[in-house]
Amino acid sequence: MTSRLLCQITGFLTIIIALTALPFFVGPYTITLMIGMLGYVALAIAWAMFSGPTRYVSLATVAFFGIGAYACAVFNESLPYPLLLLVAGLIGLAVALVVGLATLRLAGVYFVIFTFGLAELVRQLVTWFEVNITGTLGRYIFLPVTPEGIYWQLLALSAFAFAISWLIGRSRLGLALKVIGEDEVVAAHCGIAIARIKLALFALSAVIMTLVGAIQAPRWTYVEPSIAFNPTISFLTLIMALLGGANRLMGPIMGAVPLFLLFEWLSANFPNHYSIILGLVFITIVFVLPNGVLDFVEKGLTHRITAAAKPAEVQK
Amino acid sequence: MISLKRRDILRSGVAAAAFVSSIGRSWAQDRKSVRIGYAISKTGPNAGGAGITTLPNYLLWAKEVQDAGGLELPDGSRLPLEVVEYDDRSSAEEVVRAVERLANEDKVDFILAPWGTGFNLAAAPLFDRYGFPQLAVSAVTDKAPQFVQRWKKSFWMLGGGHDYAKALATIIAEASKAGTLNGKVAMVSVADGFGIDLVTAARPAFQAAALEIVYDKTYPIGTSDFTPMINEAKASGADSFVAFSYPPDTFALTQQSQIADFNPKLLYLGVGTSFPVYSKNNGANATGILSLGGVDPTSEANADYRTRHEAATGIAPDYWASVITYASLQMLQEAIRRKGLDREAVAAEIASGSFETVLGETKLEDNQLRKIWWVGQWQNGKFVGVAPGDHAGASPLILPRQAWQKA
Repeated sequence: MTSRLLCQITGFLTIIIALTALPFFVGPYTITLMIGMLGYVALAIAWAMFSGPTRYVSLATVAFFGIGAYACAVFNESLPYPLLLLVAGLIGLAVALVVGLATLRLAGVYFVIFTFGLAELVRQLVTWFEVNITGTLGRYIFLPVTPEGIYWQLLALSAFAFAISWLIGRSRLGLALKVIGEDEVVAAHCGIAIARIKLALFALSAVIMTLVGAIQAPRWTYVEPSIAFNPTISFLTLIMALLGGANRLMGPIMGAVPLFLLFEWLSANFPNHYSIILGLVFITIVFVLPNGVLDFVEKGLTHRITAAAKPAEVQK
Repeated sequence: MISLKRRDILRSGVAAAAFVSSIGRSWAQDRKSVRIGYAISKTGPNAGGAGITTLPNYLLWAKEVQDAGGLELPDGSRLPLEVVEYDDRSSAEEVVRAVERLANEDKVDFILAPWGTGFNLAAAPLFDRYGFPQLAVSAVTDKAPQFVQRWKKSFWMLGGGHDYAKALATIIAEASKAGTLNGKVAMVSVADGFGIDLVTAARPAFQAAALEIVYDKTYPIGTSDFTPMINEAKASGADSFVAFSYPPDTFALTQQSQIADFNPKLLYLGVGTSFPVYSKNNGANATGILSLGGVDPTSEANADYRTRHEAATGIAPDYWASVITYASLQMLQEAIRRKGLDREAVAAEIASGSFETVLGETKLEDNQLRKIWWVGQWQNGKFVGVAPGDHAGASPLILPRQAWQKA
């Protein structure tokens, strides 16, 4: 068991090191592609961190992503860069705590609707503030961050998010979450502090999403609410995590990487049919792979193994 | 017509593999064509604006160049266009990626600008890094002088909020001095990019022109009932009504003002007023209404452009940024004819050269197009430029505007 663990950790570190060295070997377009991909990998991991075990489907991804992007736009002239990220993360944390305290008692479809509304609410609040208080809507971000710099930051963030998910999965916290996901009443009777655990996870996942927004925003130079709070981001994150399997450690990555590449390929080659094909992909995922690719593959394998084993049993 | 070779090749199956491994695309270099690429919002919230102002002109221009046998080079030879088009799906991240793709993967010779202020700014650092001239037309920004310093090959061709606001303030102030108007202004604006930009520029501009702003209200995007605002503006005692509105609001304001029998002597509405459909819907009632943009009604080049635009794309161009978009393409085309495909030289030529376009003689000042119409007015079924009044081809302003005619 320990040697297997060692293997896993070595493999993880090797991949991270290889990815860190990537910018020295590939062209700028690949970097751009990797930035987009890692952005979604981090978002999907963060999303699955909370929504996977608890089964609370959240559409608030872009609320936090947008808060990060906006925080970056607001403070990019007044704060040094690392501090900027810290402040953005703290704002995301504060919002997540307030929102989480107020809403994590909601369940099922109410929670979905609420989180969808949250993104719009934050966007309208930002707009209101900018219109009535500052009198500008668009904000400029002129930061000397190179695409490579953004890539490395997103890589670090993704690795961090992955490591955290892994740790949670192995801890008592992970077990508690699974129980909550199965049955909240049972969980409460087992003495699990449901509200506190849900809140902690929600906040952690929100901070990671906020940081993705803050790291990516300098690439746009200009930020306004319609750019920062684009609801597509929430939907794409959700579908990526679902495709991979939100309950598994590798799930979000297995969903985000192929889907991102597919989207990129579609938009490069079928720019006029993108939305139609995207819709079909969504429907297919929900119908064919409701539990994700990993689950599908695993079940397929077990099925085949049992099928192969059966004749032998009969002979006995 | 426009050949989309790369796409066809990629479609044939191996595409996913080819895409991941980014195979070398050496056929781009054999110079049998000139590759022009662009990313534009064909879907999403920006598709409406891009589909009226920008995309039809790109298509019209590409078709005309193709029909003429291709793009002319300094030695008189012609190369056919190869157009690579992407949909940015109204997402800033997608614009960035599409421009990277055009520059690095498709290896295009020139990239046409995306639609909208935000997306032109998102793309600007990339245009700059790869040395592409950027002819940003559909971007209204007061910061153009700073952007030009930052991105030397960027060109800004639609002015800034202050330009439009100041021109309007001058018109109202002069009419007030002449006794046509009472110097009081009622103003509404949409709480979104355009409305906020314009209204923050208009407040100081009106004050500087000694006008009294008696009503100043901001409404959220998507508002459909303007009756309360119209009634309040009516009661405010102002006889100039200014709305920095978006197309749906512009149309609604027009309708609801008629119902409320609200007849300000000066009526200024925002985006959408210069759409041909505005005049079609409102007929004689459009007469006298002011907005941004305009054209020179006596210009034959412009009239000819409008006919060709309608014939090629099936829709008439708007009276504001459309013609400037087309002129920007003519400048690019002419600069290539003079200097070839060297992007550096072409950018320098665009910055310093003088061009004969549908706008007439066109010359940029500090990488910006400054000789454009800040205020236009519907007169005789045409949206004509009235300010600046010393601009060649300016039509005289007609005030006060006629009361609504009931059908």
